Amino acid sequence: MWPRAALLGTFILLGHAEHASAAMAYVSNEKSNTVSVIDTAKWEVVKTIKVGQRPRGIAFTKDEKFVLVAVGDDDTIQMIDTTTQEVVDTLPSGPDPELFIQDPAGKTLYVANENDNTVTIIDMERRARLGSVQVGVEPEGMGMSPDGKILVNTSETTNMAHFIDLASRTIVANILVDSRPRFAEFKQDGSELWVSSEIGGTVSVIDPAQRSVKTKIVFDIPGLRREAIQPVGINITKDGKKGFVALGPANRVAVVDGVTHEVVKYLLVGQRVWHMAFTPDEKYLLTTNGVSNDVSVIDVASLRVLKSIQVGELPWGVTISRQ
Amino acid sequence: MVRALLAAALLCVLAAELPAAETTEIKIGYLRQPESRNAISLLDVPPPDHGVAGAKMAIDDNNTTGKFLNQHFALEEVRLKDQDDPAAAVAALAGRGVSLIITDLPADALLKAADAGRSLLFFNAGAIDDRLREEACRANVIHTAPTRTMLADGLAQYLAWKRWRKWLLVVGSHDTDRLYADALRRAAKRFGAVIVQEKVFEDTGGARRTDSGIVQIQRQIPLFTQSAPDYDVLVAADESQVFATYLPYRTAQPRPVAGSAGLMPTSWDGAHDQWGANQLQNRFMQLFSRRMTALDMQAWSAARMIGESAAHVHTGDAKATLDFLKGPEFALAAFKGQKLTLRDWNLQLRQPILLSDGRIIVSVSPQEGFLHQFSELDTLGVDRPETKCRLDASK
Repeated sequence: MWPRAALLGTFILLGHAEHASAAMAYVSNEKSNTVSVIDTAKWEVVKTIKVGQRPRGIAFTKDEKFVLVAVGDDDTIQMIDTTTQEVVDTLPSGPDPELFIQDPAGKTLYVANENDNTVTIIDMERRARLGSVQVGVEPEGMGMSPDGKILVNTSETTNMAHFIDLASRTIVANILVDSRPRFAEFKQDGSELWVSSEIGGTVSVIDPAQRSVKTKIVFDIPGLRREAIQPVGINITKDGKKGFVALGPANRVAVVDGVTHEVVKYLLVGQRVWHMAFTPDEKYLLTTNGVSNDVSVIDVASLRVLKSIQVGELPWGVTISRQ
Repeated sequence: MVRALLAAALLCVLAAELPAAETTEIKIGYLRQPESRNAISLLDVPPPDHGVAGAKMAIDDNNTTGKFLNQHFALEEVRLKDQDDPAAAVAALAGRGVSLIITDLPADALLKAADAGRSLLFFNAGAIDDRLREEACRANVIHTAPTRTMLADGLAQYLAWKRWRKWLLVVGSHDTDRLYADALRRAAKRFGAVIVQEKVFEDTGGARRTDSGIVQIQRQIPLFTQSAPDYDVLVAADESQVFATYLPYRTAQPRPVAGSAGLMPTSWDGAHDQWGANQLQNRFMQLFSRRMTALDMQAWSAARMIGESAAHVHTGDAKATLDFLKGPEFALAAFKGQKLTLRDWNLQLRQPILLSDGRIIVSVSPQEGFLHQFSELDTLGVDRPETKCRLDASK
C-alpha cells in the first residue's frame, strides 16, 4: 500500500512545484482575439495569449508541440508554441478558416473555408498547401474516421455531410441532414458518425458503412422554446457509451446514451454553449459558453456541473492536452 | 429465383446509374415591376438588380448543392413595365415550363399574377401588405416578405422593452403610409404604448434632391414637431420616403425617431453579421459589389426554400414543393439565429425582425419575455386565432 501513497505524494509535490504534468486547456475567445490557457489541476486561467482576428477553431497538434488556432478574419491558422505559449508561425489555411482536423498521424491538416466552399489540405511538416476539395456551401464541421481514410465535412447551407476519400481526395458520398450542420464526430470504433444540425435542432446518427442516416437524436426541454435548441458541439466517450451535445442558446449540454440514442439528462451550463473537450482521463468535460464568457466543468461520472471559469469574450472552441 | 436475381441485379444497375444519368432542371421565374427611385438619401436609392440579386445568389447556392444531387436551377427574370399585364407574363412563363415564380410586385398585381396561374406556386418577396395573408390570401402564394404588422410588432416590442411608452405618430399621406400607421397603432395597443398625438405629413410633391434644401428642412422639421405633447419616441410611417429620413436630429424636442427612419424594423440589413450572416454578406458583396438589402434577402429566402424543397422531394413540381414547405420537415436556415418555418394557416414565413439604425443591428425581435404557446415568432404579426385567411376557401 505505502509505495502508492508515496508515489502519489511525489506526484502532488511535482505538480505543486511546476504543474507541468497537469493537462492544459486552450480556449479561443472569438471577440477578444485571445486564447485563455486553463490549468486543469487548479481550474484557473494561467495565461492569456494574444492572437489574430476572430479566433475560433482550436486544436493541439498530435505531438502537442503546438496549438493551432484558426483566426478567420486574418485568413490564416496561427501556431502557438506550447512551451513559450506564444504565436510562432502561421499555416496557409485559405480564406476564413473556421474548423479543421488532422489525420491520425498529425501530418496533414484539413481546413474548412467557409467563404469559398472548399476544404484546404495542408502539409504540416512543410507548412505548405497541398490542394483543396470543392464541397457544399459554407463548409464547417470536420470529422475524421478513426482509420484516417475518410474525412467528413458538413456544409451549413447545403445541409450535407460530405464523405471525402482521402486517398483520392474525392467526394464519395453526400448525406442530407437537417438544417445548418455544424459539427461531425465519429465514435472511436468508427461504427457511427454523429452530425449536429444547429437550425434543424437534431443530431443525425449516420452509419458510415451504409453511408445513410440510421436515426436522429431529438431534444425536448420542458419550458424552453423549440427554436432555442440548437445543437453544435459533440463529444463521445472513448467507449462509445455516452455522447454529449452542446445545445447553444438552450444553455444546456444533453447527455445521450450512446447505444439507445436517448437523451438521459440535460446539464445546465453557461449561456450559448458551443464546443467542448474532455480531459485526457475523460473525468471532466469542458464547455465554452459564448454569451456568459465562461467555461463550465462537467464531472463526466456523476453528470454534474462542478464549476465555471471566466475566460475572454465570446469563448468559442477548446482543446486539451493529453498530459 | 434466377429471374428474381436478375431483376434485383438490374435494379441495382438502375439505382446506381439513375443519378448520374438524369439532371433535374428546375426553372424559377422572377417577376418584377419598376421600383421608385425616389429616396431622400442617396444611400437608399435602389440598385438596378434590387431583389433579383438575392435570388441569383440563392440559385448559385442551390446549384452548388445541386451538383451533389443532380439538380440544376435556373432563374428567368421578367421585368414588367407599368402598363404590362402580370397575367400575360405568368402565362408566358408557364408556357416555357416555369412552375415556381418569385414576385416583387405590388399587392394587386401579385393577385392578378397568382390568379392567372392557379397550378403554379408563387413566392411573394416584395409585398408587405397584411391583406395578402388575410382576407386576400391565396393557396398558391407563399410570403417571404414580412408583413407590416410583423415589422410594427417587432419595433413595438423593443420600444416596450425600453419603456418608451409615449409615441408621437407621424404619418405620410400615401395609402401605404396609412396601412403602416394602422399596423403601428395595432402594435401600440398590443404592447402597451400610448400614441399621445398623431400628425400627418402631406406629400406636396417636389423634388427630394435640391442644391440647398437642407437650409429649409432644418427650419421646417422643428416647426412641424414643436406642438406635440411630451413623448418618448417619434414613430414615423413613411413608406414612400417623403419625410421620415429628415426627422432624426431635427425634432423640436430631443427625442429618438423610429419606424421609417432612425430605428427601423426590417427583415435584413447590410450590417447584420451575427449567426453566420457574415458569410452570406461576404458572398453577396463578392458577387454584386454592394450590400444586401431586405428585398434581396426576401428573394434569397424564396429561392433557397425552393432549393431546400428540391433537395428533399427531388422535384420542382409546384404541388410537391408546397406540400414540403408546409410540412414539419421544412426549416430554413437564414442567419437569424433560429429556424424559419411557414405559418400553415396563411403561408407566411415566420422570421425574427431586425432593428437597424442604418449602420448596425440595435436589437432583434421577438424580445425576451414576449411568450407564445407555439412559437415566439408568432408574437410578431397576425396570429392564427385572429387570421381572416381561409386557404381552403381562397379564390
